[in-house]
Amino acid sequence: MSAATKAGHDDHGHAHGHADAGSHGSFKDYMTGFVLSVILTAIPFILVMSNVIGNNQITGIVIMGFAVAQIVVHMIYFLHMNTKSEGGWTILALIFTLTLVIITLAGSLWVMYHLNTNMMPMHMHTR
Amino acid sequence: MATQASAAMNFESGRSPSVAIKAVDPTDFYDAKGEHHPEGSTMLGFWLYLMSDCLIFAALFATYAVVGRNYAAGPSPKDLFDLPLVALNTSMLLFSSITYGFAMLEMEKGDLSRVQIWLAVTGLFGLAFVGLELYEFHHLIHEGATPQRSAFLSAFFTLVGTHGLHVSLGIVWLVTLMAQVHKRGLVPENKRRLLCLSMFWHFLDVIWIGVFTFVYLMGVLQ
Repeated sequence: MSAATKAGHDDHGHAHGHADAGSHGSFKDYMTGFVLSVILTAIPFILVMSNVIGNNQITGIVIMGFAVAQIVVHMIYFLHMNTKSEGGWTILALIFTLTLVIITLAGSLWVMYHLNTNMMPMHMHTR
Repeated sequence: MATQASAAMNFESGRSPSVAIKAVDPTDFYDAKGEHHPEGSTMLGFWLYLMSDCLIFAALFATYAVVGRNYAAGPSPKDLFDLPLVALNTSMLLFSSITYGFAMLEMEKGDLSRVQIWLAVTGLFGLAFVGLELYEFHHLIHEGATPQRSAFLSAFFTLVGTHGLHVSLGIVWLVTLMAQVHKRGLVPENKRRLLCLSMFWHFLDVIWIGVFTFVYLMGVLQ
């Protein structure tokens, strides 16, 4: 049992060393991430600063799309996220967190929007 | 004991072998002698911390989303935000991310002096970011757009200020680690710490993507 455990430890350490080396990413990974980030940052700034689309609502949706794309790029190329790191626990924690983030954001806006709607008559009354 | 272990093995056999091996020795967890410190657990733990930090920012983003248009007859984002300055700030943080990446690559090669150089460059970009943000805050407050002025400005200063505080503390951590690396070299402990800071630093850049899109760009659009 103890010999098996010892071997297990060694195996673990060995396997981990390899996994670690892979998880740091390469020069190519970092450069790909950097170039993609520069592009995904520059386009929204240009869209807003020179008002290319001409419709604020559509521009807003487009730049949100670019932000999500850039967040994914950062996760993959800078934070080296993948479905296998730490046996899948990091991605599980991320999915859980994203769920909470979406509930927090969407829930707050939803509830507060309805509160505002309910406040409307009073606002009109006081005006 | 043996049956338990084999049951665990069977249960885990569907996953990667390293997980199955972990399940063999339950006392592994306690690390009584301090000789076995699996690096992976630190990374996972730090990742969980980052996720909890992400929830703090989610709450601040939600607050900003709710009260971000309550100007109290004060200035609106369109009057206040200077997009070229924000673009410059964003590029500072992006540059610091890639230079930290270079420091990590040099760490892999074991080149101590180059690690220190890239860390120093990262720190300077970080300082430039914080400096520009403080300049912006100073400018806003000078114009009367203080956190007390309106709900929008309270939420703005809280959200952007919390991010700036994270970056500032990241710089303190970076300088501390540079001193550690200078003193002890690239020992496994320092490598682990540098990896944690790397995750922290890139995470702050991810949050900044949300800030410049949601607060600055969307603010100017309104």
